[in-house]
Amino acid sequence: MPLIDMTTHQKIFAVLTSSAVFIFILELLRRRRLKEEYSWLWILTGITMIIMVIWYTPLVIISKLIGAVSPVTTLFIFAILFLLVLSIHYSIIISRLTHQVKDLTQEMSILKSEIKETIDDR
Amino acid sequence: MTETLVIIPAYNEEKVIGSVLEGIKKTGPVYDILVVDDGSSDRTAEMARESGVKVISHLFNLGYGAALQTGYKYALRKGYDTIVQLDGDGQHDPAYISALLDAINSNEADVVLGSRFLDEGVYDIPFIRKTGMKVFSMLASVIMRQPITDSTSGYQALNSDVLHFYADPRYPVDFPDADTLIMLKRSGFRIREIPVKMYGSDKKSMHSGLTPLYYIFKMLLSIILTMLRKEKTIKDREW
Repeated sequence: MPLIDMTTHQKIFAVLTSSAVFIFILELLRRRRLKEEYSWLWILTGITMIIMVIWYTPLVIISKLIGAVSPVTTLFIFAILFLLVLSIHYSIIISRLTHQVKDLTQEMSILKSEIKETIDDR
Repeated sequence: MTETLVIIPAYNEEKVIGSVLEGIKKTGPVYDILVVDDGSSDRTAEMARESGVKVISHLFNLGYGAALQTGYKYALRKGYDTIVQLDGDGQHDPAYISALLDAINSNEADVVLGSRFLDEGVYDIPFIRKTGMKVFSMLASVIMRQPITDSTSGYQALNSDVLHFYADPRYPVDFPDADTLIMLKRSGFRIREIPVKMYGSDKKSMHSGLTPLYYIFKMLLSIILTMLRKEKTIKDREW
């Protein structure tokens, strides 16, 4: 069965949305709302989205490789996988932050009590 | 003679914390006492201070295990080498502090648990909770190849080796339980149980609402993960 190509409609929509996402990321970075530390991931995502729409061949090849009926399916599969990995990534960061907040709170509570002791001793 | 610190984690216990502290003072020996107020919204910290004990307050509620750990970290910093911990809700009878300490000071064990089930007069525990406690204690007994009757017990005495272990980031901050005991055992610590008296608490338990389900899931997962990890033994551990 031949792979179904995107219609012009689909292409225009895809290019517009992926460009919008890309510009939005750049704008967030420009305003320093997004830390550069995480931005590489988003820049890469934006660029990949645009490339995949314009240069269709790799998507078709991958679709054949994984046995997807339509390239759009391939897009969805990888989008969902990407989101899943991203959520895990955030879970790791949140776990680390929770741990750090706990340690900081404990440390601060002890220090505060020591400061109080020093003041009371005077 | 070693320096002993009594650590009492407390969260919204303004009504009972005073009598708990009085109870400890009445037992005879003078202990240094530390109340860790885990972000209480009531007057727990003030009540404890009025009793003349040391109080450390968390800015917000971090959980039972984290409150205990603040106490351990403080104890390490101040150079205490024996710890007794009991809950601030009046469940644990302070009369058993010296019995717990004896087992530590005679070097029979590194950590001593006060077990409510070794004592004859057990208060009324709701059936489901009691079953949960028993199941996890049995599970711990099998894994540890040592009888454990009350893995949930927060009434413990420990020496400075265990103190270092508990102050470590690996210590679970929500409800330390069977998983912590298994971790201790796998690290080569000697664990003992002695009978203590515990009373029911009027307060809503921390294991209420949907929490029991989460608790069971978390505890099973935690035990499995503990088994999968290779713990350092006492000998090759670096603090």
